[in-house]
Amino acid sequence: MSSAEKFLEIHNVKTHFPVEKGFLFRRRLGAVKAVDGVTLTLRQGEILGLVGESGCGKSTLGRTILQLIRPTEGTVSLEGQSLTALRGASLRRARSAFQTVFQDPYASLNPRMTVFDALAEAMRAHVRVPRQELPGRIAALLQKVGLSPQAQRRYPHEFSGGQRQRIAIARALAVEPKLLVADEPVSALDVSIQAQIINLLARLCREMGLTLLFISHDLSVVKHIADRIAVMYLGRIVEIGPAADVIEKPLHPYTKALISAVPIPDPRREAKRARILLPGDPPSPLNPPGGCPFHPRCLYAIERCAQVVPVLEPFGQTERQASCIRMREINAE
Amino acid sequence: MPLLIVENLSTSFHTRNGVVRAVQDVSFQLERGETLGIVGESGSGKSVTCYSIMGLVPQPPGRIEGGRALFGDVDLLACSHRQLNRIRGRRISMIFQDAMTSLNPFLRIGEQLIEPLMIHENIARAAAMDRALAMLNEAGIPEAEHRLKMYPHEFSGGMRQRVMIAMALITKPDILIADEPTTALDVTVQAQILELIRKMQNELGMAVILVSHDLGVVSGFCNRVMVMYAGRVMESAQIDDLFYDTKHPYTRGLQKSIPALQMKGEELHTIPGQPPDPHRLPPGCPFAPRCGHAVEYCAKEEIRLLEVAPNHRTSCLRVQKENLPV
Repeated sequence: MSSAEKFLEIHNVKTHFPVEKGFLFRRRLGAVKAVDGVTLTLRQGEILGLVGESGCGKSTLGRTILQLIRPTEGTVSLEGQSLTALRGASLRRARSAFQTVFQDPYASLNPRMTVFDALAEAMRAHVRVPRQELPGRIAALLQKVGLSPQAQRRYPHEFSGGQRQRIAIARALAVEPKLLVADEPVSALDVSIQAQIINLLARLCREMGLTLLFISHDLSVVKHIADRIAVMYLGRIVEIGPAADVIEKPLHPYTKALISAVPIPDPRREAKRARILLPGDPPSPLNPPGGCPFHPRCLYAIERCAQVVPVLEPFGQTERQASCIRMREINAE
Repeated sequence: MPLLIVENLSTSFHTRNGVVRAVQDVSFQLERGETLGIVGESGSGKSVTCYSIMGLVPQPPGRIEGGRALFGDVDLLACSHRQLNRIRGRRISMIFQDAMTSLNPFLRIGEQLIEPLMIHENIARAAAMDRALAMLNEAGIPEAEHRLKMYPHEFSGGMRQRVMIAMALITKPDILIADEPTTALDVTVQAQILELIRKMQNELGMAVILVSHDLGVVSGFCNRVMVMYAGRVMESAQIDDLFYDTKHPYTRGLQKSIPALQMKGEELHTIPGQPPDPHRLPPGCPFAPRCGHAVEYCAKEEIRLLEVAPNHRTSCLRVQKENLPV
């Protein structure tokens, strides 16, 4: 495989958070296994959508890739360079290659910095830019994300949510990264604004050849932007494949249920379709069930599901994978 | 006769930066057993409409500028606190988006559940507890007897919303107002909660007002929908008519900009621009600055919600005058 095929490699990553009790005499009670053995490869220029419900570990995985949280086990490499091995100054230098956009544009921008200051700070953190070139570069950057160059002199509070998210995207792009991790970038926005930001991200990726990891709880949003979709449940990837395949013919029982629960904005279709109503809540990652983590809520579960931990296995000719021991049985045609 | 008649409701907030007209001239009726959806983006006035009816708008800074909300022969906007308190929580109940902040963290669930009964009905504590237990079972909470003695933090988000629903319905109200009841929940849990509300509605024969920003949720749940924008009703129709015979460009724009699962992964349609600043609403139609169909008079003439087809109202001036296809 060429290096473009293995642009970002995540190998058997586990991120566990210890849970302790007591102050002076700390006792370890256990660990929240937020990410529990994820292996994933992204191609250069690809958009991968990472979906799952709250608590499934999708944000922790995103932060582990960004080295904002160090993994307990496993490696993350970008273009062959291991990020997990980097420390201090060398990690800081490497950071210009991977940037992030967070969910809440109200919290992620410093209210006391003008747009110019925020973008200039990002730019100068990694690249030596002569002072007189800054205004021109920042104006070009703002134009790229659909804001007027006059915006540089203003403060975040003068902008609406959608515009702030554009500023956050501009800041991430200021250092010309190769990889962007966007964690729920449109979840805090109204529908009419969501569409604008999704289109913007898709266009930027196309034009700049960016690789994007798009994390969201909303399957319909992800479908619109992603080339491939990975579905997470309790710290593991349970299904991965080309976006259209995963949505139209999901393999894993959890993906099936997730898709059937997404409301369709079309009353006639909505009335006709069959719903899979999952019983119960997602279990706590502090105390996950044995065997397949989904088996207590699964409609297809058999006795063996409580004993065997399933691994991702390929399905059919395409690059689809799912982790369910009954995958072939329940998807036979 | 309709259960609830709201006529020309206007609510505004008087702030230091000027007057915000949060709700302007909103009228609708709610029939017995019906499900009405109120859809809009943040700041469209959908929640303030419900808060006004329930007498929950803080005054000041809020002020009900005009209108009536007739429940039977009582005008909820003009009646005394005593009268309102006999209706609220008994005949009309409300549930909110965030169940954690709507429940008292210091009280056991059982205590909170019986509160509406102790207030509104002449009932002994033990009998009220029995009703609470039965209600929790109805709401699909396992081990209900044990759960009565637990505190809100011991429940998951979905379970807390079930408790809220049980509490709202324990007095068997005629109307349930649900303000974004599933927005904070995961989709699989959202499906469970909507199913529960539907089941309870069928059992009790109550009417439901569902406030939501999600046209998808509304299309599977409501008989009739009212679309709001910048404090005004843009369109109101039976659910099928709203989708298949749309009579307002904003509704159309909203439908097209939703990323839907069944659509191809193509570029999304967007509504250009942003909702107007509530302090400085534009003259004429508030949607005109973003509307692809807007002509000169849209930015000048005052809009009114008018019936343009049976049971189908729109406030689009061009649809009213020229029967513009949108």
